[in-house]
Amino acid sequence: MAQIVIKNLRKEFGAFTAVQSSSFTIEDGEFFMLLGPSGCGKTTTLRMIAGLELPTAGEIYINGTEVSQKPASKRDIAFVFQMFALYPHMNVRKNISYPLVSQGMPRDQVRAKVDEVAKILGITALLDKPVGGLSGGDRQRVALGRAVVRDPACFLMDEPLGALDAEFREHMAQELRALHDRMHATTVYVTHDQLEAMQMGDKIVVMNHGVVEQFGRPQEIYDWPATTFVATFIGSPAMNLLPFEGMVGHGATSVMLAGTEVQIPKMISGSDGTLVLGVRPEHVHLDDAAAYRGRIMAVEYLGTTQIVTLDTPLGLVKARLSSNKMVTVGETVGLRFDARSISLFGSDGRALISTANHGVLHHG
Amino acid sequence: MSYSITEPSNRQKWFAGILVVGYALLTLLPLAWIIATGFKTPADAIAYPPKVIFSPSLEGYVNLFTSRSRVTPEDLAALGPPTTWYDAIVRQYDMVINGPSRYGERFMNSVIIGFGSTFLSVFLGTIAAYAFSRFKVPLKDDLLFFILSTRMMPPIAVAIPIFLMYRQLGLSDTHLGMILLYTAVNLSLSVWLLKGFIDEIPIEYEEAALIDGYTRFQAFYKVVLPQAATGIASTAIFCLIFSWNEYAFAVLLTSGTAQTAPPFIPTIIGSGGKDWPAVAAGATLFLLPIMIFTILLRKHLLRGITFGAVRK
Repeated sequence: MAQIVIKNLRKEFGAFTAVQSSSFTIEDGEFFMLLGPSGCGKTTTLRMIAGLELPTAGEIYINGTEVSQKPASKRDIAFVFQMFALYPHMNVRKNISYPLVSQGMPRDQVRAKVDEVAKILGITALLDKPVGGLSGGDRQRVALGRAVVRDPACFLMDEPLGALDAEFREHMAQELRALHDRMHATTVYVTHDQLEAMQMGDKIVVMNHGVVEQFGRPQEIYDWPATTFVATFIGSPAMNLLPFEGMVGHGATSVMLAGTEVQIPKMISGSDGTLVLGVRPEHVHLDDAAAYRGRIMAVEYLGTTQIVTLDTPLGLVKARLSSNKMVTVGETVGLRFDARSISLFGSDGRALISTANHGVLHHG
Repeated sequence: MSYSITEPSNRQKWFAGILVVGYALLTLLPLAWIIATGFKTPADAIAYPPKVIFSPSLEGYVNLFTSRSRVTPEDLAALGPPTTWYDAIVRQYDMVINGPSRYGERFMNSVIIGFGSTFLSVFLGTIAAYAFSRFKVPLKDDLLFFILSTRMMPPIAVAIPIFLMYRQLGLSDTHLGMILLYTAVNLSLSVWLLKGFIDEIPIEYEEAALIDGYTRFQAFYKVVLPQAATGIASTAIFCLIFSWNEYAFAVLLTSGTAQTAPPFIPTIIGSGGKDWPAVAAGATLFLLPIMIFTILLRKHLLRGITFGAVRK
């Protein structure tokens, strides 16, 4: 089990920079998510940790040892590929044994170890089958078995659920998390699915264009996004972003939105120019007494909640309301935002520090 | 895509069947004629109109494998009765067997040179194709084009330079010389074919092996090679067919020690009249190995040809 420290990691492919100076720390036993849209550099980062790509600059420490220039086979890590990459010319048992055979472990010991792992993963009955005929979920289990069997320092997983169909994904996600809770092995998991990241991860790194946008616990990232990118990438529907011209100073507790005053958390930093107010849909309430008004454009019914889209002076706002609340399309209503949960972003897209988010945004 | 493939009508099936059978007959007829001629007597072989029904004889095969000389009837009588069945056949023509012919040696030369160059082209082709497929090779596209360009004219176009070069290097009429030559000709084919096959093997297999603690080379021979077996087999067939059947270079560059069967077979005609059955027998035996090899590997061959055409 291991702690992984990434320091100023950088990777260039010719003129293209895939990863620009990333730094973060993965604590021992953490289930760590690398999240971002495709092409953001998350897979490249993972492959550098694995040793399948060598970084252009920067350091990677696994348990205090600098490994960034070591070959993959010397790093004691296990990697689960999106397409599973099971050796097609071997049966299940041989696939799982393969990493042990390379270490020169005696045959009876290999056998015992494989049997044990197969039992944990519930694939004992498949051991003598060829991998070709297995279902997606079983292939995934075999791939996990091959990773688990050697007790590596950490697990690296590249969208391991990406090749599974939707209903099975949910199930495998739980299985994976349960396996992690049982083994307490450091796991680095790449995904572009923010729900998966929130659901499974102890910590999340959000990347975009090769840059680490934010790093923290799922709830911190959800509640207090560090940038407008994180605000829109995480959450469905995304955080409402309302751009406005104005200024906030140190100690401010309200901003003027289209001529109406809106309460915000007490600011620690200030900015002016084009600012952006961010509020999650569940923190938008319909209140006839509120001064900021909008017209109801559409209603999506989602069972216990409904998503109401409102046209306001500063743009469309989505509100997540309880389904029993009666709303009529075309009606003009007042919008009240939860003052404690509002984020403000400066013109550079970075969150301004307030008393509410400074605890989250000041540790990483 | 939403179109349906309808079952062909009976008339269409008949038409297709006749076309296929007709074409098969057309291509197989010369082959059948050669095999038949091998079992005819010289008189039957040149009979006009040609004989389709004939009484089979092994004369052609006896003549193929022996060298004989004519003796006077008195000497023949003095020899006593023939001791073997092939002696008997030969003596009908007032001849005696002096010893074995060169056909066996030439056939062995074909085996050594054909299989030797096939092995070498496939071996070199596989490692070159792997490098082109997996590594950043400077000027990769230019190199691949250059390799392919050696196929843009018939190999025989460079026959004279090669002839002069081989004479200088002492490679004329040597096994090594012929193996190197056929390898050089086949290599472009094998690099291109095998690159296609190796490109189709997902790189994740090797990466998985690297992570599982194997070196790059171990990953190559334990994971990539078994995956590429089909491609290697079909490439080997194509290379073998070329080097086995090659005639022009063999005529030009070999005359004795390293002469292969193709230039040797026609020379049988010269020894003692137009011995068509012996020539046909030589050709028949020469066809066999490649036929067997191809039939054994035909499953791979078919997959090899269609490989990559359809995504799994």
